[in-house]
Amino acid sequence: MCLAVPGQILSIEHADDILLRAGRVSFSGIVKEINLAYVPESQVGDYVIVHAGFALSILDEDEALKTLEAIAALDAADE
Amino acid sequence: MKYLDEYRDAKGVRALVNAIASRVTQPWTLMEICGGQTHAILKYGLDRLLPPQISLIHGPGCPVCVTAQIKIDQALHIAAQPGVIFCSFGDMLRVPGSRYDLLGVKAQGADVRMVYSPLDALTLARDNPDRQVVFFAVGFETTAPSTAMALLQARRFGVENFSVLVAHVRVPPAMEVLLSAPDNRVQGFLAAGHVCAVMGYWEYEPLSERFQLPIIVTGFEPLDILQGILACVEQLEQGRACVENHYGRAVTRAGNVAAQSLMNQVFMPVDLEWRGLGCIAGSGQGLRPEFEDLNADTRFDLSGVAEAEANPCMSGDVLTGRIKPDQCPAFAQSCTPEHPLGATMVSSEGACAAYYRYRR
Repeated sequence: MCLAVPGQILSIEHADDILLRAGRVSFSGIVKEINLAYVPESQVGDYVIVHAGFALSILDEDEALKTLEAIAALDAADE
Repeated sequence: MKYLDEYRDAKGVRALVNAIASRVTQPWTLMEICGGQTHAILKYGLDRLLPPQISLIHGPGCPVCVTAQIKIDQALHIAAQPGVIFCSFGDMLRVPGSRYDLLGVKAQGADVRMVYSPLDALTLARDNPDRQVVFFAVGFETTAPSTAMALLQARRFGVENFSVLVAHVRVPPAMEVLLSAPDNRVQGFLAAGHVCAVMGYWEYEPLSERFQLPIIVTGFEPLDILQGILACVEQLEQGRACVENHYGRAVTRAGNVAAQSLMNQVFMPVDLEWRGLGCIAGSGQGLRPEFEDLNADTRFDLSGVAEAEANPCMSGDVLTGRIKPDQCPAFAQSCTPEHPLGATMVSSEGACAAYYRYRR
Protein backbone atom coordinates (compact mmCIF):
# COMPACT_ATOMS: atom_id res chain seq x y z
CA MET A 1 0.00 0.00 0.00
CA CYS A 2 2.93 2.33 0.62
CA LEU A 3 4.00 1.96 -2.99
CA ALA A 4 5.11 5.30 -4.42
CA VAL A 5 6.50 6.05 -7.84
CA PRO A 6 8.71 8.87 -9.16
CA GLY A 7 7.24 11.08 -11.86
CA GLN A 8 8.12 14.42 -13.46
CA ILE A 9 5.95 17.52 -13.12
CA LEU A 10 4.78 18.86 -16.50
CA SER A 11 2.52 21.70 -15.33
CA ILE A 12 1.11 23.21 -12.15
CA GLU A 13 -2.27 24.77 -11.39
CA HIS A 14 -3.76 26.42 -8.29
CA ALA A 15 -0.12 27.01 -7.36
CA ASP A 16 -0.84 29.09 -4.25
CA ASP A 17 -3.82 27.17 -2.86
CA ILE A 18 -2.78 25.08 0.16
CA LEU A 19 -5.41 22.41 -0.59
CA LEU A 20 -5.82 22.45 -4.36
CA ARG A 21 -2.26 22.85 -5.65
CA ALA A 22 -2.05 20.18 -8.36
CA GLY A 23 -0.32 19.36 -11.58
CA ARG A 24 0.12 17.01 -14.46
CA VAL A 25 2.83 14.47 -13.68
CA SER A 26 4.41 12.13 -16.21
CA PHE A 27 5.37 8.58 -15.27
CA SER A 28 7.50 7.61 -18.27
CA GLY A 29 4.86 9.07 -20.56
CA ILE A 30 1.73 8.12 -18.63
CA VAL A 31 0.33 11.43 -17.41
CA LYS A 32 -1.85 11.79 -14.33
CA GLU A 33 -3.34 14.67 -12.39
CA ILE A 34 -1.54 14.69 -9.03
CA ASN A 35 -2.15 16.78 -5.90
CA LEU A 36 0.96 18.88 -5.15
CA ALA A 37 -0.24 20.57 -1.93
CA TYR A 38 2.33 18.69 0.15
CA VAL A 39 5.24 19.84 -2.02
CA PRO A 40 4.49 23.60 -2.10
CA GLU A 41 7.99 24.44 -3.35
CA SER A 42 7.89 22.00 -6.29
CA GLN A 43 8.39 23.35 -9.79
CA VAL A 44 7.80 22.20 -13.34
CA GLY A 45 10.57 19.74 -14.25
CA ASP A 46 11.02 18.42 -10.69
CA TYR A 47 10.67 14.72 -10.03
CA VAL A 48 8.25 13.94 -7.21
CA ILE A 49 7.49 10.71 -5.33
CA VAL A 50 3.78 10.00 -5.77
CA HIS A 51 1.47 7.86 -3.64
CA ALA A 52 -2.34 7.59 -3.99
CA GLY A 53 -2.53 10.70 -6.15
CA PHE A 54 -0.34 12.83 -3.88
CA ALA A 55 3.26 13.95 -4.27
CA LEU A 56 4.90 13.15 -0.91
CA SER A 57 8.36 14.53 -1.58
CA ILE A 58 10.46 16.18 -4.22
CA LEU A 59 13.04 13.68 -5.39
CA ASP A 60 16.51 14.89 -4.44
CA GLU A 61 18.48 14.25 -7.61
CA ASP A 62 21.88 14.78 -5.92
CA GLU A 63 21.04 12.21 -3.26
CA ALA A 64 19.78 9.82 -5.94
CA LEU A 65 23.16 10.04 -7.64
CA LYS A 66 25.09 9.69 -4.37
CA THR A 67 23.44 6.35 -3.64
CA LEU A 68 24.46 5.01 -7.04
CA GLU A 69 28.00 6.37 -6.67
CA ALA A 70 28.40 4.70 -3.28
CA ILE A 71 27.40 1.38 -4.82
CA ALA A 72 29.69 1.89 -7.82
CA ALA A 73 32.55 2.55 -5.38
CA LEU A 74 31.84 -0.80 -3.66
CA ASP A 75 31.89 -2.49 -7.01
CA ALA A 76 35.24 -0.91 -7.88
CA ALA A 77 36.70 -1.95 -4.52
CA ASP A 78 35.53 -5.48 -5.28
CA GLU A 79 37.40 -5.81 -8.54
CA MET B 1 11.50 4.46 -15.65
CA LYS B 2 13.96 7.09 -14.46
CA TYR B 3 14.89 6.79 -10.76
CA LEU B 4 13.57 3.22 -10.64
CA ASP B 5 15.47 1.14 -13.18
CA GLU B 6 18.93 2.30 -12.05
CA TYR B 7 18.18 0.83 -8.63
CA ARG B 8 17.57 -2.64 -10.06
CA ASP B 9 21.02 -3.00 -11.63
CA ALA B 10 22.42 -6.54 -11.37
CA LYS B 11 26.06 -5.40 -11.11
CA GLY B 12 25.18 -3.20 -8.14
CA VAL B 13 23.29 -6.06 -6.52
CA ARG B 14 26.37 -8.29 -6.79
CA ALA B 15 28.63 -5.60 -5.33
CA LEU B 16 26.31 -5.09 -2.36
CA VAL B 17 25.86 -8.81 -1.73
CA ASN B 18 29.65 -9.27 -1.76
CA ALA B 19 30.10 -6.34 0.59
CA ILE B 20 27.56 -7.79 3.02
CA ALA B 21 29.23 -11.22 2.88
CA SER B 22 32.65 -9.72 3.52
CA ARG B 23 31.49 -7.89 6.65
CA VAL B 24 29.33 -10.47 8.38
CA THR B 25 31.00 -12.64 11.05
CA GLN B 26 28.02 -13.93 13.05
CA PRO B 27 24.25 -14.46 12.76
CA TRP B 28 22.01 -11.40 12.66
CA THR B 29 18.22 -11.11 12.46
CA LEU B 30 16.80 -8.06 10.71
CA MET B 31 13.20 -7.06 10.17
CA GLU B 32 11.93 -5.08 7.22
CA ILE B 33 8.89 -3.19 8.44
CA CYS B 34 7.12 -2.55 5.20
CA GLY B 35 5.17 -5.13 3.22
CA GLY B 36 6.26 -3.43 0.00
CA GLN B 37 9.84 -4.23 0.96
CA THR B 38 8.85 -7.83 1.83
CA HIS B 39 7.45 -8.26 -1.66
CA ALA B 40 10.53 -6.78 -3.31
CA ILE B 41 12.79 -9.09 -1.25
CA LEU B 42 10.87 -12.19 -2.34
CA LYS B 43 10.24 -11.04 -5.90
CA TYR B 44 13.93 -10.41 -6.58
CA GLY B 45 15.05 -13.32 -4.38
CA LEU B 46 17.26 -10.98 -2.34
CA ASP B 47 17.02 -13.16 0.79
CA ARG B 48 18.54 -16.06 -1.16
CA LEU B 49 21.51 -13.95 -2.24
CA LEU B 50 22.44 -13.07 1.34
CA PRO B 51 24.97 -14.99 3.40
CA PRO B 52 23.29 -17.66 5.60
CA GLN B 53 24.07 -15.69 8.76
CA ILE B 54 21.52 -13.01 7.82
CA SER B 55 17.88 -13.81 8.56
CA LEU B 56 15.19 -11.46 7.38
CA ILE B 57 11.90 -11.55 9.22
CA HIS B 58 8.91 -9.81 7.79
CA GLY B 59 7.27 -7.04 9.75
CA PRO B 60 3.71 -5.85 10.27
CA GLY B 61 3.94 -3.20 7.55
CA CYS B 62 0.85 -4.18 5.63
CA PRO B 63 -1.95 -1.90 6.80
CA VAL B 64 -4.64 -4.08 5.26
CA CYS B 65 -3.25 -7.07 7.16
CA VAL B 66 -3.17 -5.43 10.59
CA THR B 67 -6.68 -3.98 10.34
CA ALA B 68 -8.82 -5.61 13.04
CA GLN B 69 -11.55 -7.98 11.91
CA ILE B 70 -14.27 -5.85 13.49
CA LYS B 71 -13.25 -2.84 11.39
CA ILE B 72 -13.62 -4.93 8.23
CA ASP B 73 -17.02 -6.17 9.42
CA GLN B 74 -18.03 -2.54 10.01
CA ALA B 75 -16.95 -1.72 6.45
CA LEU B 76 -19.02 -4.60 5.09
CA HIS B 77 -22.01 -3.48 7.15
CA ILE B 78 -21.81 0.10 5.83
CA ALA B 79 -21.22 -1.03 2.25
CA ALA B 80 -24.40 -3.11 2.37
CA GLN B 81 -26.61 -0.13 3.37
CA PRO B 82 -28.97 1.13 0.66
CA GLY B 83 -27.91 4.38 -0.99
CA VAL B 84 -24.24 4.01 -0.04
CA ILE B 85 -21.33 4.17 -2.47
CA PHE B 86 -18.50 2.45 -0.60
CA CYS B 87 -14.99 3.30 -1.81
CA SER B 88 -11.82 1.45 -1.00
CA PHE B 89 -8.32 0.83 -2.27
CA GLY B 90 -8.21 -2.36 -4.35
CA ASP B 91 -6.19 -4.20 -1.68
CA MET B 92 -9.14 -4.20 0.67
CA LEU B 93 -11.80 -5.66 -1.61
CA ARG B 94 -11.00 -9.33 -1.04
CA VAL B 95 -10.01 -9.18 2.62
CA PRO B 96 -12.32 -11.63 4.38
CA GLY B 97 -14.67 -10.36 7.05
CA SER B 98 -16.36 -12.81 9.39
CA ARG B 99 -18.74 -13.99 6.68
CA TYR B 100 -17.80 -12.42 3.35
CA ASP B 101 -15.64 -9.74 1.71
CA LEU B 102 -16.38 -6.43 -0.03
CA LEU B 103 -16.60 -8.11 -3.42
CA GLY B 104 -19.14 -10.52 -1.91
CA VAL B 105 -21.24 -7.58 -0.74
CA LYS B 106 -20.92 -6.05 -4.19
CA ALA B 107 -22.12 -9.31 -5.76
CA GLN B 108 -25.23 -9.00 -3.60
CA GLY B 109 -25.97 -5.60 -5.13
CA ALA B 110 -24.00 -3.13 -3.02
CA ASP B 111 -22.22 -0.27 -4.78
CA VAL B 112 -18.57 -0.92 -3.92
CA ARG B 113 -15.93 0.92 -5.92
CA MET B 114 -12.18 0.75 -6.08
CA VAL B 115 -10.47 4.14 -6.04
CA TYR B 116 -6.89 5.25 -6.61
CA SER B 117 -7.06 8.19 -4.23
CA PRO B 118 -9.43 9.40 -1.49
CA LEU B 119 -9.92 12.49 -3.67
CA ASP B 120 -11.61 10.22 -6.24
CA ALA B 121 -14.10 9.23 -3.52
CA LEU B 122 -14.70 12.90 -2.75
CA THR B 123 -15.36 13.57 -6.45
CA LEU B 124 -17.90 10.72 -6.44
CA ALA B 125 -19.62 12.38 -3.48
CA ARG B 126 -19.81 15.72 -5.28
CA ASP B 127 -21.16 14.01 -8.42
CA ASN B 128 -23.76 12.00 -6.47
CA PRO B 129 -25.28 14.39 -3.93
CA ASP B 130 -28.22 12.05 -3.23
CA ARG B 131 -25.94 9.17 -2.19
CA GLN B 132 -23.81 8.63 0.91
CA VAL B 133 -20.20 8.15 -0.20
CA VAL B 134 -17.92 6.44 2.32
CA PHE B 135 -14.15 6.05 1.95
CA PHE B 136 -12.46 3.20 3.84
CA ALA B 137 -9.30 4.96 5.01
CA VAL B 138 -6.68 2.29 5.52
CA GLY B 139 -2.95 2.85 5.50
CA PHE B 140 0.12 4.04 7.34
CA GLU B 141 1.48 7.58 7.57
CA THR B 142 2.16 7.39 3.83
CA THR B 143 -1.56 7.34 3.08
CA ALA B 144 -3.02 9.34 5.98
CA PRO B 145 -2.13 12.73 4.39
CA SER B 146 -4.31 11.90 1.39
CA THR B 147 -7.27 11.11 3.66
CA ALA B 148 -6.63 14.31 5.60
CA MET B 149 -6.72 16.28 2.35
CA ALA B 150 -10.00 14.68 1.26
CA LEU B 151 -11.57 15.68 4.59
CA LEU B 152 -10.20 19.23 4.42
CA GLN B 153 -11.49 19.62 0.86
CA ALA B 154 -14.88 18.14 1.87
CA ARG B 155 -15.05 20.77 4.59
CA ARG B 156 -14.07 23.62 2.27
CA PHE B 157 -16.62 22.65 -0.40
CA GLY B 158 -19.33 21.73 2.12
CA VAL B 159 -19.65 18.14 0.88
CA GLU B 160 -21.99 16.67 3.46
CA ASN B 161 -22.64 13.26 1.90
CA PHE B 162 -18.99 12.22 2.30
CA SER B 163 -17.58 10.36 5.28
CA VAL B 164 -14.59 8.16 6.13
CA LEU B 165 -14.22 4.92 8.05
CA VAL B 166 -10.80 5.47 9.55
CA ALA B 167 -8.35 2.61 10.12
CA HIS B 168 -5.08 4.53 9.75
CA VAL B 169 -2.18 3.24 11.80
CA ARG B 170 1.17 4.65 12.90
CA VAL B 171 4.40 2.69 12.61
CA PRO B 172 6.65 3.75 15.54
CA PRO B 173 4.32 2.52 18.33
CA ALA B 174 4.18 -0.92 16.65
CA MET B 175 7.99 -1.06 16.42
CA GLU B 176 8.17 -0.31 20.12
CA VAL B 177 5.72 -3.12 20.92
CA LEU B 178 7.72 -5.60 18.81
CA LEU B 179 10.97 -4.62 20.51
CA SER B 180 9.43 -4.83 23.99
CA ALA B 181 8.13 -8.39 23.50
CA PRO B 182 10.02 -10.91 25.69
CA ASP B 183 10.58 -13.18 22.67
CA ASN B 184 11.78 -10.38 20.40
CA ARG B 185 14.43 -11.56 17.92
CA VAL B 186 14.82 -8.35 15.91
CA GLN B 187 18.37 -6.95 16.09
CA GLY B 188 18.00 -4.30 13.42
CA PHE B 189 15.20 -2.62 11.50
CA LEU B 190 14.85 -1.53 7.91
CA ALA B 191 12.44 1.38 8.32
CA ALA B 192 9.71 1.97 5.74
CA GLY B 193 10.98 4.59 3.30
CA HIS B 194 7.72 6.16 2.25
CA VAL B 195 6.36 6.40 5.79
CA CYS B 196 9.58 8.29 6.53
CA ALA B 197 9.10 10.50 3.45
CA VAL B 198 6.08 11.88 5.30
CA MET B 199 7.10 11.62 8.95
CA GLY B 200 10.88 11.93 8.74
CA TYR B 201 12.97 9.69 10.99
CA TRP B 202 13.54 11.75 14.13
CA GLU B 203 10.90 9.66 15.92
CA TYR B 204 13.11 6.59 15.53
CA GLU B 205 16.13 8.08 17.25
CA PRO B 206 14.85 7.52 20.83
CA LEU B 207 13.81 3.96 19.87
CA SER B 208 17.25 3.16 18.48
CA GLU B 209 18.89 4.63 21.56
CA ARG B 210 16.62 2.91 24.09
CA PHE B 211 16.74 -0.56 22.52
CA GLN B 212 20.33 -0.19 21.25
CA LEU B 213 19.59 -1.34 17.73
CA PRO B 214 20.26 0.07 14.27
CA ILE B 215 17.33 1.49 12.34
CA ILE B 216 18.05 2.09 8.66
CA VAL B 217 15.66 4.12 6.52
CA THR B 218 15.41 2.08 3.33
CA GLY B 219 13.80 2.35 -0.09
CA PHE B 220 12.01 -0.27 -2.14
CA GLU B 221 14.24 -1.27 -5.04
CA PRO B 222 16.78 -4.12 -4.83
CA LEU B 223 19.79 -1.79 -4.48
CA ASP B 224 18.01 0.26 -1.82
CA ILE B 225 17.13 -2.80 0.24
CA LEU B 226 20.59 -4.38 -0.01
CA GLN B 227 22.21 -1.06 0.86
CA GLY B 228 19.95 -0.89 3.91
CA ILE B 229 20.97 -4.40 4.93
CA LEU B 230 24.66 -3.57 4.43
CA ALA B 231 24.38 -0.47 6.61
CA CYS B 232 22.56 -2.45 9.28
CA VAL B 233 25.13 -5.28 9.26
CA GLU B 234 28.00 -2.78 9.45
CA GLN B 235 26.49 -1.18 12.54
CA LEU B 236 25.80 -4.55 14.19
CA GLU B 237 29.30 -5.86 13.50
CA GLN B 238 30.84 -2.67 14.87
CA GLY B 239 28.59 -2.68 17.94
CA ARG B 240 26.95 0.61 16.98
CA ALA B 241 23.25 1.49 17.12
CA CYS B 242 21.88 4.58 15.44
CA VAL B 243 19.42 5.75 12.80
CA GLU B 244 20.84 6.10 9.28
CA ASN B 245 19.04 7.37 6.22
CA HIS B 246 19.81 5.39 3.06
CA TYR B 247 16.84 6.69 1.11
CA GLY B 248 18.07 10.24 0.82
CA ARG B 249 16.45 10.85 -2.53
CA ALA B 250 13.01 10.72 -0.87
CA VAL B 251 13.52 11.20 2.86
CA THR B 252 14.77 13.95 5.15
CA ARG B 253 15.09 13.86 8.95
CA ALA B 254 12.16 16.25 9.42
CA GLY B 255 9.96 14.62 6.78
CA ASN B 256 7.22 16.44 4.93
CA VAL B 257 6.29 19.28 7.27
CA ALA B 258 3.37 20.49 5.12
CA ALA B 259 1.79 17.02 5.16
CA GLN B 260 2.37 16.61 8.90
CA SER B 261 0.76 19.96 9.58
CA LEU B 262 -2.42 19.22 7.60
CA MET B 263 -2.60 15.72 9.07
CA ASN B 264 -2.44 17.22 12.56
CA GLN B 265 -5.40 19.44 11.75
CA VAL B 266 -7.51 16.36 11.05
CA PHE B 267 -6.12 13.47 13.11
CA MET B 268 -4.96 12.81 16.65
CA PRO B 269 -3.29 9.68 18.06
CA VAL B 270 -5.72 7.15 19.55
CA ASP B 271 -5.32 3.65 20.99
CA LEU B 272 -6.00 1.02 18.37
CA GLU B 273 -6.40 -2.75 18.08
CA TRP B 274 -3.97 -4.38 15.62
CA ARG B 275 -4.41 -7.84 14.28
CA GLY B 276 -1.64 -9.95 15.82
CA LEU B 277 -0.31 -7.22 18.10
CA GLY B 278 -3.33 -6.36 20.25
CA CYS B 279 -4.21 -2.86 21.38
CA ILE B 280 -1.33 -0.40 21.01
CA ALA B 281 -1.47 2.95 22.79
CA GLY B 282 -1.39 5.93 20.45
CA SER B 283 -0.99 3.77 17.34
CA GLY B 284 -4.15 4.83 15.51
CA GLN B 285 -5.20 8.05 13.83
CA GLY B 286 -8.55 9.21 15.19
CA LEU B 287 -10.51 12.12 13.78
CA ARG B 288 -10.36 15.31 15.80
CA PRO B 289 -13.72 16.45 17.25
CA GLU B 290 -14.00 19.15 14.54
CA PHE B 291 -14.23 16.38 11.92
CA GLU B 292 -16.46 14.01 13.87
CA ASP B 293 -19.43 14.81 11.59
CA LEU B 294 -17.46 13.26 8.69
CA ASN B 295 -16.81 10.05 10.65
CA ALA B 296 -18.62 7.02 9.17
CA ASP B 297 -18.31 5.38 12.61
CA THR B 298 -20.94 7.75 13.96
CA ARG B 299 -22.88 8.50 10.78
CA PHE B 300 -23.95 4.85 10.47
CA ASP B 301 -25.39 2.64 13.19
CA LEU B 302 -22.68 0.04 13.79
CA SER B 303 -24.09 -1.31 17.06
CA GLY B 304 -25.10 -4.58 15.36
CA VAL B 305 -21.54 -5.40 14.29
CA ALA B 306 -20.18 -7.88 16.84
CA GLU B 307 -16.66 -9.06 17.63
CA ALA B 308 -15.71 -11.82 15.22
CA GLU B 309 -15.23 -15.45 16.18
CA ALA B 310 -11.85 -17.14 16.11
CA ASN B 311 -10.38 -18.00 12.71
CA PRO B 312 -7.64 -20.62 12.11
CA CYS B 313 -5.57 -17.93 10.35
CA MET B 314 -2.19 -17.46 12.07
CA SER B 315 -1.55 -14.05 10.51
CA GLY B 316 -0.89 -12.60 13.96
CA ASP B 317 2.24 -14.76 14.27
CA VAL B 318 3.24 -13.95 10.70
CA LEU B 319 2.83 -10.21 11.28
CA THR B 320 5.07 -10.28 14.34
CA GLY B 321 7.72 -12.43 12.63
CA ARG B 322 7.18 -15.42 14.95
CA ILE B 323 6.54 -17.74 12.02
CA LYS B 324 7.19 -17.58 8.30
CA PRO B 325 4.04 -17.89 6.15
CA ASP B 326 4.84 -21.42 4.96
CA GLN B 327 5.03 -22.63 8.58
CA CYS B 328 1.26 -22.09 8.95
CA PRO B 329 -0.63 -25.40 8.50
CA ALA B 330 -3.29 -23.66 6.39
CA PHE B 331 -0.73 -22.09 3.99
CA ALA B 332 -1.46 -23.14 0.37
CA GLN B 333 -3.85 -25.77 1.77
CA SER B 334 -7.11 -24.32 3.06
CA CYS B 335 -5.73 -20.77 2.58
CA THR B 336 -4.90 -19.53 -0.93
CA PRO B 337 -5.25 -16.16 -2.69
CA GLU B 338 -8.50 -17.46 -4.22
CA HIS B 339 -9.87 -18.55 -0.81
CA PRO B 340 -7.94 -16.53 1.75
CA LEU B 341 -8.45 -17.07 5.47
CA GLY B 342 -6.69 -13.82 6.33
CA ALA B 343 -5.58 -10.51 4.89
CA THR B 344 -1.91 -11.51 4.71
CA MET B 345 -2.87 -13.90 1.88
CA VAL B 346 -4.86 -11.22 0.03
CA SER B 347 -3.01 -7.99 0.11
CA SER B 348 -0.38 -7.20 -2.49
CA GLU B 349 1.84 -6.46 0.51
CA GLY B 350 0.90 -9.47 2.65
CA ALA B 351 3.76 -11.82 3.50
CA CYS B 352 1.62 -14.94 2.85
CA ALA B 353 0.67 -13.68 -0.62
CA ALA B 354 4.36 -13.04 -1.37
CA TYR B 355 5.35 -16.57 -0.27
CA TYR B 356 2.46 -18.06 -2.24
CA ARG B 357 3.49 -16.21 -5.36
CA TYR B 358 7.26 -16.53 -5.21
CA ARG B 359 8.08 -19.48 -2.91
CA ARG B 360 6.07 -22.52 -3.75
